[in-house]
Amino acid sequence: MFLTRNPIDLAALVVGARPKDGAVCLFVGVVRNESGGRETVAIEYEAYGPMAESEMTRIAAGVSNEWPGARLSVVHRIGRLGVGEASVAVLATAPHREEAFAACRAAIDRIKKTVPIWKKEIHSDGTSEWVDPTKTVNARV
Amino acid sequence: MRVRVLFFASFRDAAGRAEETRDLPVGSRLVDLWAALSRELPHFAKFAAAPPAAVNCEYVLLETPLAEGDEVAFLPPVAGG
Repeated sequence: MFLTRNPIDLAALVVGARPKDGAVCLFVGVVRNESGGRETVAIEYEAYGPMAESEMTRIAAGVSNEWPGARLSVVHRIGRLGVGEASVAVLATAPHREEAFAACRAAIDRIKKTVPIWKKEIHSDGTSEWVDPTKTVNARV
Repeated sequence: MRVRVLFFASFRDAAGRAEETRDLPVGSRLVDLWAALSRELPHFAKFAAAPPAAVNCEYVLLETPLAEGDEVAFLPPVAGG
């Protein structure tokens, strides 16, 4: 579970499946070109590095505990990302797909709630703002 | 006692700095530190209650007593992913 300033290597993540795994579920969050009706040209991600990594590790351990057999890998990118670039990747492997899907979903949901990472949306008109999910009208970020 | 205070994202913008070292009376709690910051920084005074906070990279309750050398961060709403 780590942060990186470089593009996330998805292929390297998927190679991590174990011989006993029959399912590999990969979630990738990418930068969208709009938010709340406003055009987004880039997002700047910032993290409280050591805490973000320990929190991601804690979440992965908790999820693996709840879905025994599932194993998680989490990578979050920080820095400035353009539209379409991957900001986060969550890989869950398990012997069967039910556990892999469930573990992957639980992990990304928890990561968004508690890992100390922030994002500033850069709009096409040059303005920017820190995203506050607690104030987002549709509560989907 | 002295603690290191970190500011991130919108809090860093509001504080005008990424970190500072602060002297506090022995026995101060997180919530006391927040009160001190709120008195000095108008942006922080707008909050009805102290935001989630971490001491030495772990979420802790606001009543938590601080200790010499602690690294403290009040966290704006997180938005990873």
